[in-house]
Amino acid sequence: MDFQIAMLLGQDGITNGAIYALLALALVLVFAVTRVIFIPQGEFVAYGALTLAALQAGRIPATLWLLLAMGVLAALIDGTAALRSGATRKLPGVAGWNLAYPLLLAGLFYTLPLETLPMLAQVLLALAVVVPLGPLMYRLAFQPVAEAPVLILLIVSVAVHVAMVGMGLLFFGAEGSRTPPFSDVRFEVGPMMISGQQIWVVLASIVLIVALYQFFGRTLYGKALRATAINRNGARLMGISPALAGKLTFFLAALIGALSGVLIAPLTTIYYDTGFLIGLKGFVGAIIGGLGSYPIAAAGAVMVGLLEAFSSFWASAYKEVIVFTLIIPVLVWRSLSSHHVEEDE
Amino acid sequence: MKMKNTLLAAISLAFVAGAAQAEITVGVNVSATGPAASLGIPEKNTFALMPTTIGGEKVNYIILDDASDTTTAVKNLRKMISEDKIDVVLGSTISPNSLAMIDVVAEAGVPMISMAASSRIVEPVDDKRRWVFKTPQNDAQMSTAIVEHMINAGVKTVAFIGFADAYGEGWWQQFSAIAEARKLKVVGNERYNRADTSVTGQVLKIVSARPDAVLIAGSGTPAALPQKALKERGFSGKIYQTHGVANNDFLRVCGKDCEGTFLPAGPVLVADQLPDSNPVKKSAMTYITKYEAAHGKGSVSTFGAHAWDTGLLLQAAVPVALKKAKPGTAEFRAALRDALEGSKEVAGAHGIFNMSPTDHLGLDQRSRVMVEIKDGGWKLVK
Repeated sequence: MDFQIAMLLGQDGITNGAIYALLALALVLVFAVTRVIFIPQGEFVAYGALTLAALQAGRIPATLWLLLAMGVLAALIDGTAALRSGATRKLPGVAGWNLAYPLLLAGLFYTLPLETLPMLAQVLLALAVVVPLGPLMYRLAFQPVAEAPVLILLIVSVAVHVAMVGMGLLFFGAEGSRTPPFSDVRFEVGPMMISGQQIWVVLASIVLIVALYQFFGRTLYGKALRATAINRNGARLMGISPALAGKLTFFLAALIGALSGVLIAPLTTIYYDTGFLIGLKGFVGAIIGGLGSYPIAAAGAVMVGLLEAFSSFWASAYKEVIVFTLIIPVLVWRSLSSHHVEEDE
Repeated sequence: MKMKNTLLAAISLAFVAGAAQAEITVGVNVSATGPAASLGIPEKNTFALMPTTIGGEKVNYIILDDASDTTTAVKNLRKMISEDKIDVVLGSTISPNSLAMIDVVAEAGVPMISMAASSRIVEPVDDKRRWVFKTPQNDAQMSTAIVEHMINAGVKTVAFIGFADAYGEGWWQQFSAIAEARKLKVVGNERYNRADTSVTGQVLKIVSARPDAVLIAGSGTPAALPQKALKERGFSGKIYQTHGVANNDFLRVCGKDCEGTFLPAGPVLVADQLPDSNPVKKSAMTYITKYEAAHGKGSVSTFGAHAWDTGLLLQAAVPVALKKAKPGTAEFRAALRDALEGSKEVAGAHGIFNMSPTDHLGLDQRSRVMVEIKDGGWKLVK
């Protein structure tokens, strides 16, 4: 291996690592606020990428129908609850978010010339469909069991993951898709060829991380989420709704996931089941951060990306083995170095 | 007492009625979901096009999805044997599932026709495998075609990159053995996963070994990833793919990076370009016409054609077996097995089948052609 190859591998590793870092952050966030180990995180990557690919092919993405169906369900549940408790003034809000929004989106999809829209509009439309699936998923699957032990939440999470993969196959078919890159710019830095898309990925990741940092540090909602993560009951006493915190968390997780999908879709072929493995590598990063520390999780995820790139050069057949075996020494080190107090269940 | 007699009469009547309209029950195990879904879905579609009567008897197809999972495949098979009393089983889509099914069919005495590629499914024909047949070409046949094409094109050194699973491993063993025998130097052996998002590391290693040609052993659209990475790194040698990529989705995903790629494939892929004298052309065109009429133009794939061939073998063998026994009996199943083994000059979409007690595949050189990807389409190499 000479310097040039090392540089190329490093570049590849950092691009992938940036995506893993985003997913690791989302996983840490979801776990901190809701105690859910969010296995379906990766599915949002696939859904985001494949919805965009469907839009660009001029098809109405089937995720729109999923959004509509989940919206109807959520409206029914929330609507009956509101009626029963006599809180009729909540009804317009419930109907607006769960019914009117998907219908409006459906109207847009049928009237707009999807294929010929500028790339940015297509990306925004894809995000507009996929991201609301996050809060709806929380409402339907996790909110009813929000107080359950971590293990039950994990089981629900696995069930949601399996359901989403199955629906992905139904929606998008078994074959993968690629989308055109955001820009065809290429930079030659010495021996390296840096494509515009790679810069997009790294830049978008950095921007998103900074934005999250600002969100948690400066805004009321961000502080509310942090408070919920630190002490759920205390936050509740201060008037922070756990349901709102959960939905907001899942909104952010879905946004991060779908955006990652849109970012890597031009770099690689995305399949209905690609998301799981990407999410799992983000999870390795999150584990390195003990599912608690954002900076360590992000650094861990970049390390996973680099390790993956270099091991694919040295021993490609054992690449996954090397990446996932990394968890063992990390867990040993963490269990030796930290005095963990079992959470009271 | 009288009541009991009436009941007995009714039951025996029911049995007689059942026997009079004996149906042939065909069990189908197909991987319509899971990792092999891109192969399984066109196969499943193909079964819907198969004839509902063979030799004057009604045929009842029971189609189950094994989700590309070995355990489910075996479970489905046991269920079809014990509950539906199947006369023959078609499937499964992939080799691991088909291999796992062999023990069960041999134990129950049910003939099986697999749609999976591995030669180990039918070789060697022993006590168990005498019940097992298959329709796809062996990897060895395809490897030979590739090596031959490479040598004719003046290739001296070659690198290999394949899936890190049974498909890639099987190809590596076949290909490296044949390449060595033909004095072709293999300078690289890399692996990647179907779901990988990057193969930069492997490709850099291959490019730095400077081979004349690269063989990519992957199936479906994931095989486009190394090809795109090779082009990106400026690799200018020849690139070969395997017949696992022979569907239109691959062309869609790979785009212009796949121009000039060579691959061996079943003749069905380029059926309309075959000379009229080719015996496979007629049967392949029949399949393509039927499939495209049902699923739209350009929807046909070579995988579905393997399923079609299982049906053609059945249509040739069932009338022979019907002369010896009634469907639903062990004698019929044994007669069907003998009839399948005696298949002679059965024209399928992928070639001409000539089975024998030692060869349960029965395909010869007519079952493969070399194809080049040109102008975003498949072009027969003459």
